[in-house]
Formats: sequence, C-alpha cells, structure tokens
Amino acid sequence: MTRVLFEQRMQALLDDLIALGSMVEEALLAAIQALKERDFQASERIIAEDKGINQKRYDIEKEALVLIATQQPMATDLRVLASVLEIATELERMGDYAKGIANINLMIGEEPLMKPLIDLPRMAEMAASMLRRALDAFVRRDVGTARRIIAEDDEVDALYDQVYRELITYILQDPRYISQATYLLWAAHNVERTADRVTNICERTIFVVTGELTDLDATENVEDVG
Amino acid sequence: MIPRTRWVPEMFTSARPPATDEIAFDIRGLNVWYGTQHVLRDITIQIPRRRVTAIIGPSGCGKSTFLRTLNRMNDLIPTARVEGAVLLEGKNIYDPDVDPTQLRRRVGMVFQKPNPFPKSIYENIAWAARINNYRGNMDELVEWALTKAALWDEVKDKLHQPGTALSGGQQQRLCIARALAVKPEVLLMDEPASALDPIATLRIEDLMRDLAREYTIIVVTHNMQQAARVSDVTVFMMADENQVGTIVEYGPTQEIFTNPKDKRTEDYITGRFG
Repeated sequence: MTRVLFEQRMQALLDDLIALGSMVEEALLAAIQALKERDFQASERIIAEDKGINQKRYDIEKEALVLIATQQPMATDLRVLASVLEIATELERMGDYAKGIANINLMIGEEPLMKPLIDLPRMAEMAASMLRRALDAFVRRDVGTARRIIAEDDEVDALYDQVYRELITYILQDPRYISQATYLLWAAHNVERTADRVTNICERTIFVVTGELTDLDATENVEDVG
Repeated sequence: MIPRTRWVPEMFTSARPPATDEIAFDIRGLNVWYGTQHVLRDITIQIPRRRVTAIIGPSGCGKSTFLRTLNRMNDLIPTARVEGAVLLEGKNIYDPDVDPTQLRRRVGMVFQKPNPFPKSIYENIAWAARINNYRGNMDELVEWALTKAALWDEVKDKLHQPGTALSGGQQQRLCIARALAVKPEVLLMDEPASALDPIATLRIEDLMRDLAREYTIIVVTHNMQQAARVSDVTVFMMADENQVGTIVEYGPTQEIFTNPKDKRTEDYITGRFG
C-alpha cells in the first residue's frame, strides 16, 4: 500500500463528515423535541449551535479542496472528494432546516399547541435514521443500503401528506388555527426536505462506486422553503 | 506565450469508439521479443487519427518499446523480433516491401531529451528536409515548420545561431519543428517534456493539442496529469508476472481517469502502486 498519508487524510475527512452528520442529526431531533415540549431555551441553543455546523462544513470543504489541489486525486478518490463537497453542503442545509424548526417553536410563542405532535416526531425519527445510515453507507461504499434508503423517502413523504391533510382539516374547521397550522406545516416540510436531501447523499454513494450520476429521487418535486 | 487553447472536440466514448475511417494505426496481435525475452504480448489496439493518444504505465511495462514498433525503430536492435500486424492507414508497416526510412518520414519521433543537431536553428530544419529531397523554397519551409512548432516568433531574428544555444523547451520545440519539416502523418513522442520545467512543459502540451488538429500524436509519459491534460485516448500498459508488457485497458481519457474499468488501472492512476 502506497500513499499512506493521503489515505490518512481521506479517512480523517470522512470522519469529519460523519461528525457533521451527527451534529445535524442531533439538531433535527432536538429541534422537534423542543417544539413538542415547547422548550424555548433548547430552541435558542439549537439556533446558536447552527454556527458550529456551518463552520464544520467550511472546514470540510477547505480540506477537500486542499486534497484536490495538492494530491491530484483520480478516479474513485476524485469521486469521493467531489461527493464530500456535495454532501457537506447537503448537511449544512439540513442543519438550516433544524434551525428553521427551532425558530418556528419561538414564533409560535406561548400559545399552546393545537394538538399533540405525533406524526412530526415520527417523521423526524425516520429522517434522522435515514441520515445516519446514509452516511454510514457512503463511508462503507454500500450501494445496496443506499438504494434501500432512497426507497424509504416515500414513507416520509406519505407521513408528510398525512400531516398536511390533518393540518388543513384543522384550518378548515377553525380559522384561528391558520397561523399555528401554517407553522407546523412549515416544520413538517423542513423534515420532509431533510429526507429528500438524504437521498442525494445516497446518490453520491452510487456515484462513488459506479461513476454514474443519476437522479433516483423521483418524488422530489417540492419547492424548497425554510 | 501562446494562448492555452480551449479545446472541446467531439469526444470518443466507450459507446462511440473511433470509426474505421478515423483510425491511423490498426494494431493486431503484436508481439515483440528481444532475443529470448518476450517484451510485448498480444497488443491489439486501434489508434485514432488526428488525436493525442497517451500511453501510461509503470517503468518496464513496454511503453517505449511499443512506441518504437510504430516506426520500426526496433529494427535497429539486432535481436528484436516482431510478430503480428501494425497497419498504418491500412498497410502493414512490417510488410517486406515497406522501406523503414520512408516509414520514419511518415511517422516522426521526438525524444525525451531535446537533441538538436550541432548546427544553426535554420540548418536543423533545412537539413532534415534536404535529406528527404525537399526541392521547394527552403526559407518558406523553415518558417512554416518553426511556426507550426510555436517557435518562430522567438527565433526569427536569430535563425543562424546554434540550435543548442536555445533553452530546453525551445530546443524541444525545435526538434518538433524538425520532425514536422518532412511532413509526417504521425508524431511519436517519448516523454517529450520530462526534461523541461513546468512552464515549458505546458507549452509543449499546448503545442501537442494544436498539432493534433493535423497530426496523429502518440505520447509516452510518466506524468499522469500530463496524460490527463493532453490526450484524447489513454492506453494503460503493465508488465505481467513474467515481465511481459501488455495493454490492461484503453479508452477515452476522460473515462480512464474518472472511472476506469479495470482495478489495476484504478490502482495505478490513484497512486496505489507503480
């Protein structure tokens, strides 16, 4: 085996990517938990900690660019580094979604929740699990797992549709719910988009292994907000 | 400084290999021995016309030997024996009726170390033309060849100074001009930039790209980034366990360097061995 130092730096970069993924996963779950428990302090902490996520993304991007510039990576190495750049951006945006949910909790304010949150935490659990396993599959170059995770996005979408219909029903029943239902819909949308972005990570795993760039997320057609 | 050309050709892909009428060399079952030592095994490959084809591979894999079979430079080694066919524009260059000297006029060669003759810049070009019975206007030919080799502007006021007084990069371009003066169809280049500094190297690479509009260029290089930058097609060679060189994989450069099919190619271009 040659290129020991390069291998070490690549491994350290992947470790950093996994660490960034963990930060984003924790932020997502904590943001939903804070919303559920109406914990404003926790939401403020999540908003503050997003800066750490952003910084970590830039650190990863910088190291990937340094490796490209100084090591002239080819073939699989090049595809891994190009994918790391892409995935770091995806993770940073997912962090923004979590921050958005934390903001929603603050915006709803002291008003009590119109209904106990059940499906939204389930969506978040699913998205967080997808994220964790997608990054693991990327590092292990496991195309089979990546493809299975892409398929799971349909379940998140189905839950989102359910939440959407339920909240619209509340709005139709009583216009006083409009404001809070819109906030919750926004939160649900952020979780749904998080899962969509997980599928982009899975596509990068397939790219690293096969060299093929394909859009496998056929259901991704929702406009990006939040 | 000549501008770095932005060059976007219609690109061969593995889905669209060169068509029959785009092939310069059609090499079939080529085997080479030096005495009892088998050095090249079963080389079968088609080299496209008016493209840059780069040959890469670890030391001792037979790259240079292969290059030298294409203008019968190996004939100069008494123990060399060649089997198989090397068709240039449909004619086997190893047929008995082929004159190697005529062949080498059609298939010129540029070497690793610039080797201008110890004569003036002008005479370096004129001499090559003269021994090939050139009867036209010599001044025009010298200007044409030096212009083609992107050297004219730098030397037009000192044509009668010695070629050896030029810088290394200029000397190499002079050698390219000398090769062009006999109007070849193919230029073989054996590590043409390995003795040059990075700027001179980039100039040679630009020149190669420019010349590929009119000439078929086949370059052996140890510098993989150079192969990636300059070539349309890349050939990866390796010696097997018996030290016999053979082709592992060849194809469009952009595919070889981004997504090679053979693990040995991947290991080589990513620096895992070699």
